[in-house]
Amino acid sequence: MTHSSRIRNWLGAMVLAASAVVAAQQPAPQQPPTTIDLGKIGLEPGTPPRLAVPELIALSSDKETQDAARVISEVLWDDLNYEREFYMIPRDTYKSIPRVASMDEVPYERWRELGADIVVVGVVQRASAGIRVELRLYSVRARQSVYAREYNGSVANPRLYAHTFSDEAHLALRNLRGVARTRLTFSSDRNREAVVATVEKRDVKEVYVADYDGANPRRITINRTLNITPNWAPDGRSIAYTSYRTGVPDVLISNIYAGTMEQPTKGVGQNWLPVFSPDGRRIAFVSNRDGNSEIYVANRDGSNLTRLTNNPAIESTPTWSPAGTQIAFTSERSGTPQIYVVNVDGSGLRKITSESYADRATWSPAPFNEIAFTARTGPGFDIKILAIGTGETRQITFGEGTNESPAWSPNGRHLAFMSTRAGRSQIFTVDRDGRNLRQLTRDGNNTTPHWSQ
Amino acid sequence: MRRDSKLLVVLVLLLAVTVGACKGKAKPPVARPQPPVPVADEVPPPPAPPEPPRPVVEQPVSVPTLPPDDLTARSIDDLNRDSPLRPLFFELDSNEVSTAGQKVLQDNATVLKKYPNMQVTIEGHCDERGTAEYNLALGERRALAARNYLVSLGIPGDRIKTVSYGKEFPFDAGHDESAWQNNRRAHFVITAK
Repeated sequence: MTHSSRIRNWLGAMVLAASAVVAAQQPAPQQPPTTIDLGKIGLEPGTPPRLAVPELIALSSDKETQDAARVISEVLWDDLNYEREFYMIPRDTYKSIPRVASMDEVPYERWRELGADIVVVGVVQRASAGIRVELRLYSVRARQSVYAREYNGSVANPRLYAHTFSDEAHLALRNLRGVARTRLTFSSDRNREAVVATVEKRDVKEVYVADYDGANPRRITINRTLNITPNWAPDGRSIAYTSYRTGVPDVLISNIYAGTMEQPTKGVGQNWLPVFSPDGRRIAFVSNRDGNSEIYVANRDGSNLTRLTNNPAIESTPTWSPAGTQIAFTSERSGTPQIYVVNVDGSGLRKITSESYADRATWSPAPFNEIAFTARTGPGFDIKILAIGTGETRQITFGEGTNESPAWSPNGRHLAFMSTRAGRSQIFTVDRDGRNLRQLTRDGNNTTPHWSQ
Repeated sequence: MRRDSKLLVVLVLLLAVTVGACKGKAKPPVARPQPPVPVADEVPPPPAPPEPPRPVVEQPVSVPTLPPDDLTARSIDDLNRDSPLRPLFFELDSNEVSTAGQKVLQDNATVLKKYPNMQVTIEGHCDERGTAEYNLALGERRALAARNYLVSLGIPGDRIKTVSYGKEFPFDAGHDESAWQNNRRAHFVITAK
């Protein structure tokens, strides 16, 4: 099958499936779009459709609408590029193509000359309570719209329209759960406040959240001490973290929309590194309450506490398996920190790494049965990934600064991590094959990222 | 006398006219700066908490009368800036108290015995060659190792708290062996004296 006939078949199937989407999509943008399995219609990996995303057409002349038209096209280009399912034609090559005033005037012939298979055309218009955004995918060969979405909402954050369209288009066209609307939480000293009541100058660290691309950072904690290792609840409404609010490390949970806080440990012992179970009902964490750092599991409210490990060595840094039945953690019982796996009932303990030093296991979502972790590779650290099925380990970073604290994206295709390759500690994301590196933070030091579901 | 009473009459008349004018004719409204209207249900801010009583600073003339190692005269912040309790340092990935560390702890125990009201927090710190997460436990081990040794020397455990800061608060921002060495420590903070 030639490349062009593959594309034709692919587009033909897309036109059929997407016409149903177009008919059904108004006015509720939340409903799940029809999915199209392109693998079944002959589009091989390695021949991705070539997409162009010119600036949206602003149908109102005010500055906010004009800005939104530009921002949405730029963010959408980045969003669609991120999952590497499409070949994104660089924006600066669109200059020669005349801008149009309506969706009816798409210059297909010009886009065909540029090599585009699909052009994303959109309009932005002032509406009574904000803006109306309409986005369509046009097949350059079929000369018609094959997928369309319409959104109405606030003009305050135009990036969200691009993120939403990207996620919906990835689901409809590639049967893929995109991450454009997910968020990251991390710890940062960017507000440059000093810890009070110490004679040394110490910078406070607070918990922040930001969009998956680093935009819209927001501060979550305000207690002017150390707040580190944040961890999203699966519903995205709470963040558990290690806080020194009382002077010693303890597990706190901030309900970020309700503006309330919980202390599941009730202040017993010192507690750190909380992680929510996949169903959000339980937390695993480290505590020294019995005299030595061990892994504990409790209900989210602190009840039904069980001790998972019992060993004079250091136990640290738990992570849940996607099904919530196992926990991976770090132990130095063999003499160096290594990753172990144990069932949540305490049975079936086994060691899974043989590095010089391994920590911060993070278990990938299905279908990838992998554990990413921090491994000492020299003076610093690098990110490695262990495929549990085969036992094979591959390396993702290679000594560019030190690289720590990996966290999977919810679709398992990307990792967030901390790296010093750009000078100070910053949050980066990278794909699971080590490509597509992006720097998300630039202000202050930013550490211990975690990715929302 | 007559002139005086005449003047008085004129003054009284003038006053009467003025008062009459004020009563009879409404004054035009004059815009005046208004004080801010207090919000009815606003709780007044609580008074600033009183300054904690500061230790009396000795006059310079009295210094020679004190023994040279008397610490009670200094503020806690001053003591922590130039502490009589020395930190002890650790090897990479280790929480073992070295021979040099034992000597430091013996000296610190002498100070703690001399000042029985002194309370301390031992902070466990790590260098950047450990991970952020694991270092939280390693720093805890270092602080506990120092505490346990002091308790074995007879210092009551309730005078010694511990906390681990992992590698979050390095003492030396450098990235070489001397910085790492300086950051792998159990650091004493005096909290009461």
